[in-house]
Amino acid sequence: MKNFSLGKYALPLYSLLAFVYLLIPIAYTFVFSFNDYVKSNIAWRGFTLDNWIYVCNEQGVCEAFTNSILIGLISTFFATVLGTMIAIALVRYRFKFRSAISLLLFLPMATPEVVLGAGLAAQFLSTGTPKGMGTIIIAHIMFCLSFVVVTVKARVISLDASLEEAGRDLYASPAQVFWKITLPLLMPGIAAAALLSFALSFDDFIITIFNAGPESTFPRFVYTAAARGIPAEANVIGMSVFLLAIAIVVSVQVRGSLKAKRLAKIK
Amino acid sequence: MATEFIARGADLELQGIRKEFPGFTAIEDLDLRIPAGEFFALLGPSGCGKTTTLRLVAGLDQPTRGKILIGGKDVTNTKAHERPVNTVFQSYALFPHMSIIENVAFGLKQRKIEEPMTKAADALAMVELSHLAQRKPSQLSGGQQQRVALARALVNRPSLLLLDEPLGALDLKLRRQMQIELKAIQMEVGLTFLHVTHDQEEAMDMADTVAVMNKGRIEQMGSPEKLYDRPKTVFVSKFLGQSNLFVGKVEEENASSVSINVAGNKITVPKDRAEKHKGTIAVGVRPEKAFFHEEKPKLGAGNNLIGPGEIIDIRFTGVSNQYLIEIPNVGNVTVFAQNVGKSPVTELGAKVWVSWKVEHAFGLSDLPVTTATESITVA
Amino acid sequence: MAFAAFGHSGSGGKAKNAPASLGSAKVALLLLAPGIAYLSLFFVAPLVSLVITSLQVPSAAGVIGMYDYGFAVGNYAEAVVSYFPQILRSFGYALVATLLALLISYPLAYFIGVKARRWPLLQSLMLTLVIAPFFISFLLRTFAWKQIFSNESWIVQTLQTIGVLDVNQYLVGTDFMVIFGLTYNFIPFMTLPLYSTLERLDIRYIEAGSDLYAKPSKTFWNITLPLSMPGVISGTLLTFIPMAGDYVNASRDFLGSTETTMLGNVVESNFLQTNNYPSASALSVILMSVILLLVTFYVRKSGTEDLL
Repeated sequence: MKNFSLGKYALPLYSLLAFVYLLIPIAYTFVFSFNDYVKSNIAWRGFTLDNWIYVCNEQGVCEAFTNSILIGLISTFFATVLGTMIAIALVRYRFKFRSAISLLLFLPMATPEVVLGAGLAAQFLSTGTPKGMGTIIIAHIMFCLSFVVVTVKARVISLDASLEEAGRDLYASPAQVFWKITLPLLMPGIAAAALLSFALSFDDFIITIFNAGPESTFPRFVYTAAARGIPAEANVIGMSVFLLAIAIVVSVQVRGSLKAKRLAKIK
Repeated sequence: MATEFIARGADLELQGIRKEFPGFTAIEDLDLRIPAGEFFALLGPSGCGKTTTLRLVAGLDQPTRGKILIGGKDVTNTKAHERPVNTVFQSYALFPHMSIIENVAFGLKQRKIEEPMTKAADALAMVELSHLAQRKPSQLSGGQQQRVALARALVNRPSLLLLDEPLGALDLKLRRQMQIELKAIQMEVGLTFLHVTHDQEEAMDMADTVAVMNKGRIEQMGSPEKLYDRPKTVFVSKFLGQSNLFVGKVEEENASSVSINVAGNKITVPKDRAEKHKGTIAVGVRPEKAFFHEEKPKLGAGNNLIGPGEIIDIRFTGVSNQYLIEIPNVGNVTVFAQNVGKSPVTELGAKVWVSWKVEHAFGLSDLPVTTATESITVA
Repeated sequence: MAFAAFGHSGSGGKAKNAPASLGSAKVALLLLAPGIAYLSLFFVAPLVSLVITSLQVPSAAGVIGMYDYGFAVGNYAEAVVSYFPQILRSFGYALVATLLALLISYPLAYFIGVKARRWPLLQSLMLTLVIAPFFISFLLRTFAWKQIFSNESWIVQTLQTIGVLDVNQYLVGTDFMVIFGLTYNFIPFMTLPLYSTLERLDIRYIEAGSDLYAKPSKTFWNITLPLSMPGVISGTLLTFIPMAGDYVNASRDFLGSTETTMLGNVVESNFLQTNNYPSASALSVILMSVILLLVTFYVRKSGTEDLL
């Protein structure tokens, strides 16, 4: 095979192209967040920092953003607590309906959002529940729950059971074992699950639209604005969230890698 | 400093213990008594139930039946965190999110003992790891982690210390060193140690009493010397060191001994070293107690002589040469000859006779299962 | 960490963590009860609601948008007949887009999971790049593609000039564009499970292949691909299902037009605009049933332990 020099670089080159492809819309959004637009942010008119500085000038965008944050925080809290409890139960205990429960937890992840949204909306309709922030939060907790379980479960599985036994051997009651040993060691997994849950909640559109009242969330704002052109301020908010998320993820990874290198040196 | 930790060990008693798991029984019927202050080894192959026994004593599992008594008190229904027992886990189980000294102080803090950090510091000093007190477990080597695990257990002055194959992950040199240290600490402090291991050399070296466990039962218990010198079952004879076994029907009997006939060879064993005196029995001898001769020797009555046979394999292990001798209708016999400076004295194929003193023979209570092993023959 | 959400955590580690007798099923019940109750109330019950609503009949009082309980199975037939193109389109788009996503993601996942194993930090960073699109709003990134391929964009102008497109032919609003959007948006869902499986692939299998004289292409078809099947299957499920139910990509305001409407679009318009709840519910049930069939097939093959 004389294509050796080509073959060796084919895959990395392809991957590079793939990454560019993945990042094009992000780059576009970033560039157009600086557009000095008039009515609709479609044609490029000029560079300006105003959108970034006066981001709340655009009617409704900051309100929508704040709603999304609020919903995200509340949903994440409940989904994480409920999901962590389920994950621990699934891994650490033997009980009869394990397969059924696993299936039940998997289904929300596999169900299309229209079905989830329409279903809940139909239920709220038949019970006469008025749609509003509350119904949105209920919906978000529901679909985030499974993702939390999956994430935390992975962490629980990797937790050495003998650590908890050592705790009991050293005079800690089961409650103390949980608070002083299990929970601290699960924290990274729980944090990851919370982050994932928040991200899912913040970006959710379809389920939200079926179960919202008059209030606006960030995705809803963007969707409604899409008909006439999304204002650059929305780009600004989108990019800010993006940069923050990337910063968090990358810093965690780099810190973990540095720590591992330091440990290797000590030994 | 040693006076800080003098605590009287307590004795341990297991009565009629049975442990069943869904699908199999780990422990059939266990009775055990370990006197206070003793270094006791529970020896056996993997799956024999020794770790399960340890966990029952620690309170991490409940027995299906039976009673556990520590210092005369029935603790069968006491939870693990209320028993005066501490464990050194096989994987050390050091809490990764706490520093070394916090690990050691953990048990003291749970029991609300005064000045936990000072006591923990003393314990670390005892195992010579004071300089690493603020490090996390992942920053320590295997040997250091093992010592921390030991300090963490000892600092609580338990009546009974359980060790679950604590030296398994260490390399040979470190293991030997830790064996000496463990034994020294135990003797100095006077605690009762229950040490679980599959390493027979380790058990024989460190323990006052060894119990050999197989398939959920204790087959034999006693001092290492007694166990080695006089195994009572086939399993013990093979698990502890090696044995040559001969199977035959008792044909002669006098006041002090019985003899079996194996393909024309008479093998005698003293009555006080034989479990059974009638019927078909297995008689054995350790390979290092046997000799081979290139000409049929004239030996007195206190010796067993079998042969002739042919040397079919010689292995050089540095310290000794191991000869495998095939004797027709009897089987394969192993003889260890100490290497006193010369190369093997004989060659493959040489015709030899094998002898050993009658007082070194032992008679077992059961028979070997298969005829395909080293030295089995049914007469 | 979160990546485990999309991969197989496998059944390893069970022996280490199976407690011989850790508390009782009672504690397990206590831990499970709140979460399971929540899901039963807000996931299972809504699905039942959907079925009930799908069978409703127009209100006897004649008020538009009000319905009475009924057993109008005919709603389903009506829905299928009225929206057959949309049903076909949804599964058709999803199928094509899934295949495309697979073709695009596999080499990428292979590069990150197999070739880049020596540099774990680089692997993490590349994975971050793969899920980076997630961190920006789904709607913003879809809208970005709409602008990039808009009727006045230089891409379209160029394609028209060189003749690939007719003068009055555009990209936005075509099947092509919707499929493009679907593919793009769900590539991470395909890449992560693939990566998860490939990352665990024992290199020695591939080495054994070349040791036994197999050409690289043969090694791939006969060894690598079959071994990575679990990832392929779970990736396919995780992309096909949401794609089939999506409606943003096909929406008129984004990449679609009135000619590219999917099931999701009609469910949305029926439910939220014309208040035709029975019709919308019937369509949802149909969609859900197809999905359940796929999931059942998958579960039959791989069991439930690997689901989560």
